[in-house]
Amino acid sequence: MKHVLAIIVENKPGVLTRVSGLFSRRGFNIENIAVGETVTPGISRMTVTVEGNERTIEQVVKQLHKLINVIKVSNLASEPTVMRELMLIKVRAETGSRSDIQQIVETFRGKVVDVSPDSMIIEVTGNDEKLEAIKLLLQHFGIKEIVRTGKVALLRGSKVTRES
Amino acid sequence: MKRKRIIKGSQMILSALEKEGVEVIFGFPGGAVLPLYDQLYDAPFNHILTRHEQAAVHAADSYARVTGKPGVVFATSGPGATNLVTGITNAYMDSVPLVLITGQVVRSLIGTDAFQEADITGITMPITKHNYLVKSIEELPTVMSEAFYIASTGRKGPVLIDVPKDIFDLEGPFQYEQKCHIHGYNPTYKGHIGQINRAVKAIRDAKKPVIFGGGGLIRSGASSVLGELAEKARIPVILSLMGLGAYPGDGELFLGMPGMHGCVTANYALTEADLIIGAGVRFDDRVTGKLDTFARQAKIIHIDIDPAEIGKNVMIDVPIVGDVRLILEELMQRLKPGNTAKWLKQIKTWQDQYPMPMGREDKVGKLRPQYVIRELSRLSDENTIVVTDVGQHQMWTAQHFVIRKPNTFITSGGLGTMGFGFPAAIGAKFAAPDSRVICITGDGGFQMNIQELATVVKNQVDLTIALINNSYLGMVRQWQEMFYDRRYSHTGLQDGPDFVNVAEAFGARALRASTEDEATEVIKQAFAMKGPVLIDFVVEKEENVYPMVAPNRAINDIIIGGDEQ
Ligand SMILES: Cc1ncc(C[n+]2csc(CCOP(=O)(O)OP(=O)(O)O)c2C)c(N)n1
Ligand SMILES: [Mg+2]
Repeated sequence: MKHVLAIIVENKPGVLTRVSGLFSRRGFNIENIAVGETVTPGISRMTVTVEGNERTIEQVVKQLHKLINVIKVSNLASEPTVMRELMLIKVRAETGSRSDIQQIVETFRGKVVDVSPDSMIIEVTGNDEKLEAIKLLLQHFGIKEIVRTGKVALLRGSKVTRES
Repeated sequence: MKRKRIIKGSQMILSALEKEGVEVIFGFPGGAVLPLYDQLYDAPFNHILTRHEQAAVHAADSYARVTGKPGVVFATSGPGATNLVTGITNAYMDSVPLVLITGQVVRSLIGTDAFQEADITGITMPITKHNYLVKSIEELPTVMSEAFYIASTGRKGPVLIDVPKDIFDLEGPFQYEQKCHIHGYNPTYKGHIGQINRAVKAIRDAKKPVIFGGGGLIRSGASSVLGELAEKARIPVILSLMGLGAYPGDGELFLGMPGMHGCVTANYALTEADLIIGAGVRFDDRVTGKLDTFARQAKIIHIDIDPAEIGKNVMIDVPIVGDVRLILEELMQRLKPGNTAKWLKQIKTWQDQYPMPMGREDKVGKLRPQYVIRELSRLSDENTIVVTDVGQHQMWTAQHFVIRKPNTFITSGGLGTMGFGFPAAIGAKFAAPDSRVICITGDGGFQMNIQELATVVKNQVDLTIALINNSYLGMVRQWQEMFYDRRYSHTGLQDGPDFVNVAEAFGARALRASTEDEATEVIKQAFAMKGPVLIDFVVEKEENVYPMVAPNRAINDIIIGGDEQ
């Protein structure tokens, strides 16, 4: 099962290495990771997607807690969340296929953010399923390059993941 | 507001050490720590110059185990720092508090592959509890106090501080406050009352309970309450290698060490128990054997200060996170006197049936290593500190030396580091100058830090080196004998050196024994001498450690003593 962990960390030098090093050292595979600042100065939030059974994840969370710069770890998989990822896709786009592509992009509420004589860059935001779906449709035209930010997530409603 | 003193970085470090009550430093100088060593020249510390940085860490590690206070190490950048790595890992695996200060190249050269630059914070990230690269003089006092706080609280461990050379000479404001809080670091000490009550009930309901204790008992000072609790509830005690000494080795309820080279009785008791009270142990693979056969009959209570240890290896019924001494005290208050007479009787029959094997019958009178350990034990008092290296002699010591008090048995448990014993014995002697210190080591491991003979002679360190000389890397040879058809690939050490000559060349005294009568005699002689003495015990070469559980077997599937067959 996939788990999404929100890891609140002190933004100290090497903190990313400490966290990612812990995952690899203990044989846990990071599927994706996104890092950014929070509202509190000096505090960052990492969102890490990791595959594993309950027991493995429990061990990951406990080991993460042991890192001095880690303030809090929450497993978001067990709660209702809004989860998003942004993807940029550079797709082959000859004049003939442009309008077809445009239509797909609109259906997925994406945006064309760059156009050149034979290619376009498309920006889409969404959850895993949505991103996979548009990828599949665009494959037909020839995808030249893809980049993804990694997932970020917030709890639904007024509940927050505390930063201290 | 108090005015802050303006002092240099090197002074800040030494002042911080003073405030932390540090008396002894183990270290080795070099270019990047020149300013620190210059400051040390007039400072009131006892700095012990080892002959290798690895030895400095092992000495500090053992010093910390014996005193309970963090051990302190200085080393230079690059090779000085990388030489610490084995020692740091050793301390990390055995949860020993250390504060290590390394010099680094000046800040402007960091990241340029400068002369003697090594990314020691990167290298030691997985083997320290925490580490720091100091980037400014302003943060140095805080870093020092955090390092001591982190090293010595919660699950203890090594903390490394890497200090660029220019920082030692920069001046800055200094005010030192011993830390008691760090954001994001909040060890739990008090056990959860609900869980404690569940544990009490489980103990009350148990017919065949055992306490299985480890190094956590010693680190938290839980020995006396452990003894009281075991006595009150009449629960027999099993101790892991790291736990030896937490309950008297000749105590009425003591069953010995379990696991791969453990006592038959301890292994049988763990297998048959209906309740295991795991106290400051981590259910290491050397103890559990094949995991899915381990303690299948038993409910398990697990008390540990590190939540990550609970449920890591075995499934736990009653988890209690916290300081094992505090939790045992809580349990003690709530427990009624127990009666386990029937279970203790069963245990007694195992004990009578399976005494610890003493080696081959036909070798009696020649020099059996087990005999040497027993004689060393018999001729020592309860305050004697026994320090071992790693190998057969280590297991024989764990089996045959009667350890009666906590912190009197020092050994490398988690990492199994050959070369640990001798420098660790030096650290132990500085920690407890009034105790006799015996270093029980092997002909292989002793050679891994043999240069420390210079350190003990220079400082006239009063210790006895009992070299169990079997002309082999004995433990590995034993595995080759048992599992590789006696193909002794690169485990023979028959070509010496002559350890008596070596010790004498360094200026130490040395004795030799080749029979059991001689052994007793030279032990008495050595104990009567002052200063470092080495005894070369020329023992039976192919003696094996028994009992033995083959790897990945159930711990009750035990080879009791195989040489006769
Ligand atoms: C640094 C290191 N290298 C290798 C080993 C593997 N090893 C474990 S025990 C042992 C043999 C030790 O030989 P010796 O010191 O003579 O002790 P004995 O087993 O003969 O008592 C070896 C090589 C180790 N534990 N540590
Ligand atoms: Mg040997």
